[in-house]
Amino acid sequence: MSESKNENILDQVTNEEYKYGFYSDIEMDMAPKGLTEETIRFISAKKNEPDWLLEFRLKAFRYWQKMEEPDWALISHPPIDYQDIIYYAAPKKKKELESLDEVDPELLDTFNKLGISLEEQKMLAGVAVDAVIDSVSVKTTFQDTLAKHDIIFCSFSEAVQNHPDLVKKYLASVVPVTDNYFAALNSAVFSDGSFCYIPKGVRCPIELSTYFRINAANTGQFERTLLIADEGGYVSYLEGCTAPMRDENQLHAAVVEIITMDDAEVKYSTVQNWYPGNKEGKGGIYNFVTKRGLCKGKNSKISWTQVETGSAITWKYPSCVLHGDNSVGEFYSVAVTNNYQQADTGSKMIHQGKNTKSTIISKGISAGKSNNSYRGMVRIGRKAENARNFSQCDSLLLGDQCGAHTFPYIKSANETAVVEHEATTSKISEEQLFYCQQRGIDMEKAIGLIVNGYAKEVLNKLPMEFAMEAQKLLAITLEGSVG
Amino acid sequence: MQKSDTIYKLLETSLINEFEQKQVALTGSCHPVVSRSRINGFEFLKDNGLPDRKNEKWKNSPFPGQYEEEYLLDIPPVFYDKAAEEIFRCEIHGFWADTYSMLNGWYYSTKENQLITTGDGVVVGSILKAQHQYPELFEKHFGNIANTEQDGFTAANTALFKDGMFIYVPDGVEVKNAVQLIKLINLQEPLMVNSRNLIILGKSSRLTFLHCDDSVNHTPGFINTLTEVYMDENSSFELYKLQNINDNTSLINNTFIHQERDSRLKVNILSLNGGKIRNELHVNLMGQGADADINGVYLVDKQQHIDNQVYINHAVPNCHSNELFKGVLDEEASGIFNGYIYVARDAQKTNAFQRNNNILMTPKATIDTMPFLEIYADDVKCSHGATVGQLDDEALFYMMQRGIGREDARLLLMFAFLAEVTSKVSIEPLRISYEDMIKRRLRGELSICDKCVLHCSEPDKPIEFDIDLSKI
Amino acid sequence: MLLNIKNLHVAINGKEILKGLNLSVNKGEVHAIMGPNGTGKSTLAAAITGRENYDITKGEIIYDGETINDMAPDIRANKGIFLSFQYPVEIPGVSMTNFMRTAINAQREFNGLEAIPAGEFLKKMEEMKKLVDINTKLTKRSVNEGFSGGEKKKNEIFQMAMLEPKLAILDETDSGLDIDALKVVARGVNELRSTDNAFVVITHYQRLLDYIVPDFVHVMYDGRIVKSGGKGLAFELEEKGYDWIIDQEDE
Repeated sequence: MSESKNENILDQVTNEEYKYGFYSDIEMDMAPKGLTEETIRFISAKKNEPDWLLEFRLKAFRYWQKMEEPDWALISHPPIDYQDIIYYAAPKKKKELESLDEVDPELLDTFNKLGISLEEQKMLAGVAVDAVIDSVSVKTTFQDTLAKHDIIFCSFSEAVQNHPDLVKKYLASVVPVTDNYFAALNSAVFSDGSFCYIPKGVRCPIELSTYFRINAANTGQFERTLLIADEGGYVSYLEGCTAPMRDENQLHAAVVEIITMDDAEVKYSTVQNWYPGNKEGKGGIYNFVTKRGLCKGKNSKISWTQVETGSAITWKYPSCVLHGDNSVGEFYSVAVTNNYQQADTGSKMIHQGKNTKSTIISKGISAGKSNNSYRGMVRIGRKAENARNFSQCDSLLLGDQCGAHTFPYIKSANETAVVEHEATTSKISEEQLFYCQQRGIDMEKAIGLIVNGYAKEVLNKLPMEFAMEAQKLLAITLEGSVG
Repeated sequence: MQKSDTIYKLLETSLINEFEQKQVALTGSCHPVVSRSRINGFEFLKDNGLPDRKNEKWKNSPFPGQYEEEYLLDIPPVFYDKAAEEIFRCEIHGFWADTYSMLNGWYYSTKENQLITTGDGVVVGSILKAQHQYPELFEKHFGNIANTEQDGFTAANTALFKDGMFIYVPDGVEVKNAVQLIKLINLQEPLMVNSRNLIILGKSSRLTFLHCDDSVNHTPGFINTLTEVYMDENSSFELYKLQNINDNTSLINNTFIHQERDSRLKVNILSLNGGKIRNELHVNLMGQGADADINGVYLVDKQQHIDNQVYINHAVPNCHSNELFKGVLDEEASGIFNGYIYVARDAQKTNAFQRNNNILMTPKATIDTMPFLEIYADDVKCSHGATVGQLDDEALFYMMQRGIGREDARLLLMFAFLAEVTSKVSIEPLRISYEDMIKRRLRGELSICDKCVLHCSEPDKPIEFDIDLSKI
Repeated sequence: MLLNIKNLHVAINGKEILKGLNLSVNKGEVHAIMGPNGTGKSTLAAAITGRENYDITKGEIIYDGETINDMAPDIRANKGIFLSFQYPVEIPGVSMTNFMRTAINAQREFNGLEAIPAGEFLKKMEEMKKLVDINTKLTKRSVNEGFSGGEKKKNEIFQMAMLEPKLAILDETDSGLDIDALKVVARGVNELRSTDNAFVVITHYQRLLDYIVPDFVHVMYDGRIVKSGGKGLAFELEEKGYDWIIDQEDE
């Protein structure tokens, strides 16, 4: 991290609040409230889906109806009324877009406000963006460059139309519809998302990025991301998310699936900044997300990096199934909670292949009246000879009204495996604060500095542009947490 | 959610029937506090049954697979004809303990010695007798330290316990000799024993207690013990649990400890052998300055199962807790460790540490370890660590290169691995005996015998590893 | 007068450590504070810099004409009070460069100045690193993390040079230093000495004073300054130890 970046961040730690809380007045196409088979048929018809996909959705829906919401996480919320949610909301398209000029100016303005210019700026930065607003992907940039490398990067709906075989082959191959309550719900109602396929031997020359935005009221967002890196492929993928400030809670239940073949590598980075609710805990997104990668091939690698600062509730465990021999799974996480936010997040590393290796580094920071839990599982299968895991989960408490919790589950069934787990919980030391203050740095800045230092190991794993945004977010999230 | 009659498992049914048939006898002769909790325990058991795998805390436990087995629940007391010391010989060289015993679930003594008071006012004896002689202590403590409605086992114990041990140490009394309780089952038929202990330490008192569970034959059995310990201000309690039961016996050992201000608790659990063992230890640090040091060693093989559940509740500021559990799992053995440190809001200046290290010896041994922290105060120092691994190949090779045979080298390394825990046993003769037992166990020499299975009466045959560990 | 301490009483958790201490320091002066362990030397440093839990129960600390008894530590620092810590604190993940720049800009902001331009900052870093002979690698590392004892102390002097304080308090800066490092530290201090600033050097040994020659030497005992003199007093202490002063005091 260059010092000029840090510099910027510290300068920006002013009285900034959630700055993505605006609402854009875009003409929307919506499904009626509630969830029945009809809703699902409506969504599927809207998207002109093949029968197999409709069947897939209905099967998931029927299964979901029999399931119960999980209650094992250390979170609490009033019951969610699944019939009081709009499951499909899309910016109205008048006709197929020929060029960017034809995109609704209000929509473009929205993305400009979010700091995402769908064209020029990202062109310069060399990042291809797929922007998903409410339920549908509105624009994917950089298509030509990607096409040169035979990389497929498009909205999920387009993939269904243009690459049905790939979608059919890999959809739900990592996260089965029956996996959990929210994954089943997503499988039934998902509206759009991103799809990416990296062909054999291709290293994607640019960062790929999806930007998610919930805009409309009373809607849920249920996007689906499917990412496949074929033999020897490589891609670094970024995901960002924001939502308007609203008093009611909105549900976000996404599924992300990653598959890596032999020698392939995927880096998946998230900066999650959904609206966290106000200082009294009113409003905010319920973020119930299933993310899982399958290291299918040997020597493959999946690396999750997440910076979680938003959402009223986060329920999220990006995982790796290390199936291929010598495959590697990584999870780097910074989760910050303030005010009344609740986070129950961590990772699962399922070792199946020989010589598989995994690393979990989790840094939790709790402030205000929030609760922040790390929950993770490391499972070493019978055949996972010489598997190695190292986990480190540190928690930092700012203030005496918050909670920091650690729930690791380690299951080993192979005598040649080595699993190590370490965790500490502490507060910022008074010594450190005084040292900073003695050098003239005020309390709030000192905390920002120390917290960023504490999270550095993880922030360093993020691509540059994201790292900067993440550092700012950390500081902003902790605003006013100093008593 | 209530259980319907149709889905009771055999063991549940027999426990319920047992109470229904003998309710008058069970409650009639008891102190009202005891009979009330018996009835409550029974109601809970009837409503909830024994814990099944849907219960998060029993999810991976093999116990729920055992509920179809049949056990005798009520056998008459064994009459005292031989002095306890003659039957239960456990001489640890140089270790002075007053030995008491329970046989087949009944307190074993002469009629006049059912409850004795020593010169300095220490009361030791059968809990059945004590409830009538010390009603005020029972009113204050019985069922108030334990969560008797934690699960079906604590409830069944409360409803049906036959007997158990009672110890009361008055204020300021430091009990010189350790109190040793040897519990044996000697029966040709499967027996389930529900026994209940109550130990009360007065202000600034001190007690060392050895709780030994042993078998004398290979008959299956089920031992369900619940122990309540109250530690008043500035008291000091050392608890040693030695578990060496046969491969067909299941043991559930619930211990609830309440610690007042500045009290000091030290626990050392040595699980050497047993079909299925579950040790649940609940420590409530209720007074500032309380200190709990909880240690355990487990050595399991064949298809044995060991489960250690340790809950430490830091309810108030300025307390200290430390947990260290180490285990070796051989053959097809399985293990669970679940440490749970809870730090309440405002329990500032808490220091809590937790560590669990395991060695798996074979491809079929498994371990689940779950070291949890739940923390609601900020000025705390808490940490936990867990490892699963194997013996260090480098060290093994190093020793073999110096001419030590592979087997010896392995034993030595395992012993060294466990020594970190055993070295914390502060009573020297007991520590030596502990280590000796571990060595024997590692060599496979220690399994049940015809007398006290601990073999601790054979100081003539100590096992020594004549290697200086510090040189490795 | 830059620093004027009048009848200072300081207690930690209700226990009185300083029991009526008086000290005046003018610009351009170097004062040495000596005395046996446990007489309150470090407490004095903590009280001047505003450390939490050091309660001033009586008396006044006047700095640059202003009573600073209740002032926050960062405000005091920005007004020019610098403490070289006896035990410098490690701050993992925060690079020295970032830390220093944050501190300098805090000071500049306090004085109504713009943030320091990157070029100027780097130049100053280079200059000051040479002054205390510290390795460039150290400034790339996290604050004090993995530094040796000597490196930590040099780093304190380096920070002092960067921040240009008016009043620098050196708390046992010589402890744990070999003679070469000690010389480097002393050279740094001597180069920074001017008619505009002042130094309070707290030390247990006379050794450091061979290199940083004080104008005044004070001996502390039981929470007070019991003897003051010129630099000759340090030599006297070296020869005779503290006992003769303590004996006088106890009588």
